[in-house]
Amino acid sequence: MPNPDPSAAGSWPDLPAEGVRRFDLELAPILKHYPEDRRASAMLPALRLGQEIFSHLSPSVMALAADRLGVSPARAEEVATFYVMFHTRPVGRHLVEVCTNVSCCLAGADHIFKDLKEKLGVENGGTSADGRVTLREVECLGSCGTAPAMLVDEEMEEGLTPDKVERIVGALK
Amino acid sequence: MTDTLILTQRWGTKDSHTLASYRAAGGYAALEKALALAPASIVEEVKVSNLRGRGGAGFATGLKWSFLPKDVRPRYLTVNADESEPGTFKDRYILEYEPHMLIEGIALTCYANDIHAAYIYIRGEFAKQTRVLESALEEAYRGGILGKRLLGKADFALDVFVHRGAGAYICGEESALLESLEGKKGYPRLKPPFPAVIGLYGRPTIINNVETLANIPWIVLNGGKAFAALGAGKSGGTRLFCVSGHVNRPGVYEKPVHYNLKKLIMEDCGGIPGGRAVKAVIPGGSSSPVLSAAEIDVSMEFDALKAAGTMAGSGGIIVMDDSACLVRVLGRIAKFYAEESCGQCTPCREGAPWMEGVLERIEHGEGREGDIDKLVQMANNIGGQTICPLGDAAAMPVQSFVKKFRAEFERHVAERRCPFGAGAWGKAQQTRQAFIGPAPS
Repeated sequence: MPNPDPSAAGSWPDLPAEGVRRFDLELAPILKHYPEDRRASAMLPALRLGQEIFSHLSPSVMALAADRLGVSPARAEEVATFYVMFHTRPVGRHLVEVCTNVSCCLAGADHIFKDLKEKLGVENGGTSADGRVTLREVECLGSCGTAPAMLVDEEMEEGLTPDKVERIVGALK
Repeated sequence: MTDTLILTQRWGTKDSHTLASYRAAGGYAALEKALALAPASIVEEVKVSNLRGRGGAGFATGLKWSFLPKDVRPRYLTVNADESEPGTFKDRYILEYEPHMLIEGIALTCYANDIHAAYIYIRGEFAKQTRVLESALEEAYRGGILGKRLLGKADFALDVFVHRGAGAYICGEESALLESLEGKKGYPRLKPPFPAVIGLYGRPTIINNVETLANIPWIVLNGGKAFAALGAGKSGGTRLFCVSGHVNRPGVYEKPVHYNLKKLIMEDCGGIPGGRAVKAVIPGGSSSPVLSAAEIDVSMEFDALKAAGTMAGSGGIIVMDDSACLVRVLGRIAKFYAEESCGQCTPCREGAPWMEGVLERIEHGEGREGDIDKLVQMANNIGGQTICPLGDAAAMPVQSFVKKFRAEFERHVAERRCPFGAGAWGKAQQTRQAFIGPAPS
C-alpha cells in the first residue's frame, strides 16, 4: 500500500527530505510512460533515479521506490539485486568497469584489468583504500570492434591502451 | 548487386542523428508514402521482402507480425535494443547515427499493425546511445511526427517510450525483456503462449530488433521484392556483420545477407594481423557453434549457416588466429553464461558454472582424465532442458569447441599446462581503430 503521507518519514528516516522530494519530482514524468495501473513498470528507472540521488540502493531507498510504485520492498530488492548496474552497497566515488569478454581479451583486456588491479591495490569488485575507485570486471559492452573497452561512471571508453587507461583512471578525483 | 547500403550509408557523417539531416536525406518519405496505403499492404510487403529478424533467431518478420490475434486491443510494439550478445556491436551504431531511421521503422510497424504505443528497451550500458535516442524522439515529437497525429496528418496516435535496462544479458531474450519492462527481474517466460498473443501486460506484443526495424523504411519505399532480391533463398536484404578479434580491420560491415564469411574476413577486414593463420571463427555471437578454418568458406545466410552446423545469430563474428588458446577462449565464454544465467532453471544455473570450473582447471594444467568427456556430457544435459535458449547458448560453444578442437583440449590435459603459455589470448592488438563507415569501394 502506498504510504498515506509521502512527506512523513515513513520507513526511510535516514534519507534526506530534499533527496526524497527530488526523487518524487523526477519520478512523476517517468510514471507517465506506463499505463496508470502498471506503475510498477517504472521499477528500473525508479531504482536508477534512487541510486543517482542517494548514491546506492540502501534498504531505505528500495523501500521508498517500492512505496511509490505500490509494491512490496521485497519486490524492489529482488530487482535491485538482479541487475548488475544497481548497487545495494556503497561503491567508490568512481566506478571503473572493464570488459574481459572474448573480443576484448583478444585485444589485451586481461592485461589492462590486471594492471588496474595492481595500481589500485584491489581485487575484482574492490574499492581503492582512498575510496576513489571501485573496480570490477564486466561482460560484453558491445564495443568489440573498438576493443578493449570499459565503462567509467557508466560512460564508454573504447580503443583502450595501457597509456590511455592510466590517463583516464589517473584523472578521476 | 553488392553495393546497396540500406543502413550504413550515412554512418559517421556530421549530424546524421538529427531530424534535419535525416529529412534532408529523404527521411520519413516512407512514412509519408505508407499513410496513403492500407496497413495490411505494408505487412504484405514485409512478408514479400523476406526480412528475417536480425537479433539472433532469424525469424521471418512479416510472419511474426501476422501472429497478432485479429480483434484484441491494445497491442504493443517492443523494440529490442538490449544488444549484448558477445561479439555484437551494430545496433549501437544505428542508435548513434540513424536514430530517426529506427523511429521511422517503428512508426511504420505500428501503423501497419494498429499499434499505438511502443517501448524501446535499450541496454543500461548504452548511456550515450540513450541520450541520442531520447533527443531524436524529442525532435520527432516536436516535429509533429509522433504524438497525437502520426506525421501531423493521419488520424493515428503513436507514443514511443525509452525504457533503459540495468545490466542483464538475459533481458535480450524477448520474454525476459517483457518481464523487465514490467518492472521485474528478467526471468524468461514459458512459451507458448508467445508474446504475439500474450506479451506486455498480457496484451498482444510484437518484439523486433533495432536493425530489423531500421530496414522497414527502405522496404516500404523500394518494395519487398527489391529487398528480397538483395539477398538469397529465404533471406532478403543486407545485414550488419560485426567483426572483432584477430583481424586487421575490425568493424561493422553492411553486406548482402548471404555474403561469404571467408571473403569478409580475408578481404574486407584485411585478413589476419601479421599474416597469421585463422584457427577458429565464431560466426553469430558467442552462443553460436564455432567454425574451424576449413569451414569458413561459406555463405552467411541464415539457412546456409544452419546447414553448416552453426547459426547466423546476431551477426557477431569473432576471429581467432593460431596464437589463441581455445581452451581459454571457451572458458571465458562459459564464464559469461555462468554469470548471466538468470538462475530460474537448474540445468543452466548449476551446469554453466560447472563447465566454467572444469575448463578453468584444464587451462591451468589441472585437467583430469575424463574431464573432456565430462564437459560434453554436462553441455548435453543443459541444452534443450531449459525454459529459454540461454541453456542452449551455454551448451553449444562447449559442444562445438570440443568436437572441432579436441586435440587442443587433450594436449592441455596430457601436458598438464597450457601449451600457449602467457600469450594465451594471442597477440594483443591494442591500437586498431574500428571500421564503422560505409564500405570502401
